[in-house]
Amino acid sequence: MAALGLGQQPASPWSMSVLSRVTDVIEGLLDPKLRARIDALPRNNLNEFGVDPFGCDPEIIKLIAPFMSFLKDRYFRVETHGAENIPSDGRFLLIGNHSGQLPFDAFMIGTTVLTEAPKPRLVRSMVERWSADLPFISELFVRSGQIVGDPRVCTRLLEAEEAVLVFPEGAKGINKLFSQRYQLSNFGHGFMRLALQAKAPIVPFAVIGAEEQAPAIADIRPLARLLGLPAAPIIFPQMLPLPLPTRYRIWFGEPMEFKGHADDDDDVVAAQVKKVKNTVQRMVDHGLKRRPSVFF
Amino acid sequence: MTTTSTKPARAKTQPAAASSGERRSAARLARPRVLVTGAASGLGRVLCRRLHRDYDVISLDARAFPDRPKDVEHHEVDLRRKAAQTIVKKRRPELVVHIGPMHDDLVRNVGGALLETTATLLRLVEEVGARKLVVLSSASLYGPSPTSAAFLSEDAPLLGGQRHRRMADAIGVDMMVQSFFWRHPDTETVILRPVHVTGPHQQNLVSQYLRMERPPVMLGFDPMLQVVHEDDLLDAIILALQPGARGVFNITGPTQAPLSRILDARGAHALPIPGILLGAGLARLRALRLTRTSVDELVHLKYACLVDGARADRELGYVPRRSLKDAVTDV
Repeated sequence: MAALGLGQQPASPWSMSVLSRVTDVIEGLLDPKLRARIDALPRNNLNEFGVDPFGCDPEIIKLIAPFMSFLKDRYFRVETHGAENIPSDGRFLLIGNHSGQLPFDAFMIGTTVLTEAPKPRLVRSMVERWSADLPFISELFVRSGQIVGDPRVCTRLLEAEEAVLVFPEGAKGINKLFSQRYQLSNFGHGFMRLALQAKAPIVPFAVIGAEEQAPAIADIRPLARLLGLPAAPIIFPQMLPLPLPTRYRIWFGEPMEFKGHADDDDDVVAAQVKKVKNTVQRMVDHGLKRRPSVFF
Repeated sequence: MTTTSTKPARAKTQPAAASSGERRSAARLARPRVLVTGAASGLGRVLCRRLHRDYDVISLDARAFPDRPKDVEHHEVDLRRKAAQTIVKKRRPELVVHIGPMHDDLVRNVGGALLETTATLLRLVEEVGARKLVVLSSASLYGPSPTSAAFLSEDAPLLGGQRHRRMADAIGVDMMVQSFFWRHPDTETVILRPVHVTGPHQQNLVSQYLRMERPPVMLGFDPMLQVVHEDDLLDAIILALQPGARGVFNITGPTQAPLSRILDARGAHALPIPGILLGAGLARLRALRLTRTSVDELVHLKYACLVDGARADRELGYVPRRSLKDAVTDV
């Protein structure tokens, strides 16, 4: 756990040896090829404590990667198209559709970019603000490079030449009902202004299969408000937001570059946002047409 | 009014300019006079020791300052007393360093003493026409938040009072000095907002926490922490005293690290306690008067409060010399 950075220095030698054995076992599960790719992540911004300015430690990713690659290769059996469109270096924004009640789509995109891109990149996703109040999860997110979403944080990440994942639909997208599947809800303008300000290309993507992992038949708004959650979906048939083993198909589009000023009028920016939204919707429709089955 | 008459002489008496022996002895006759308030605090004492070779130091504190250097003129009196004000008016310091509330004992702030002291000091600075005022504020005033990875700059709002009520007065002091900055352009006003200050002379909460054998941490949370060593902060104060420096500056150490790794580097064994129990336990201890630490402070064990120190580097030329490891182990 000490390696995990979870704040507990082992009190006695035997517990230390048990912990180091556990981390050794976890790391032993790691595919050597994936280990090499994690080792190839840029490390020039790490300090004497082994973390980058945002608190991310690539070594921690080695402990999460076995679970993530199990989800990717065995559970969701992710099929990737267009991975060659992911830039090898420099900043970029990943923009696409959000779905599935729980953010497995973000995990899978992160894992796919790490394993399939021409050069391994670490995706920084903008996570929900309330996740910072969850014990252990908040810590794991920060240590693995996932950061609470805020425009200033995003600008900083892009200026540090990072790859940032943004779902412009936000919570509205992930909590869609089953009847609205694969229909994009409104895209916010924030991501476009950030892209213009940082002069970052936008890589559009579409995730097919996540919508069916947890079909929500209703959303109980009063309950959500009571619990302080973005939504309280009733999920059928499994009743829990645990995902069904649908097959994920992830499509990456060609990077899109936009010209303009971050402070342009709303309607100028809206036109550019619409362009991105249409591209993502087109990719979603194309992916759906090409899909032989939801589960296989 | 005195500012205009003393201006030409001042340019020559800069301590940094004294290089040859003769110039030094000439400068010694007219060394700039600096007033340090809160001088008996941990930071005030090391500051007086650093300043006294190049400046005439007048120190002011309601507490005694027994281990002061011989040539430091200490007055053991509260600034709000008339006696203290008479001393300041008579001695007419050109430079004033106000060790703000965050580096002293916040607990001593009874009934708004903090605000009253600062208001008195600002009135005196205006009256004697000091050419420089340096106020030690704190980066904690921005307040820890989930979006701390943004690295706040100096113009970020001071929201520390939202979760930490006792900080409200410290924010009031910072804002009062900000308005003084605009109202009195003849006085070069500098507000330094250092991150947590550590060092062997510090008695603040973070230093005490880092000295613990088994420091409690909040189970499941591991915020990033920025600290600055007292030596580096003294460097920043000296730079702020140079002519031309004015404005608000965040003062940071060279880097930041998760709390757990900082405690590891210290060789401390962290004691993870669930947040609810930690809060309840601390409240109990406080009720029994076994600790003076407020429950509000616990937010620092949950969220980070990270600031951007680029402006101090750019405009003051401040570069920290002590590494983070050094700063957290030398306490």
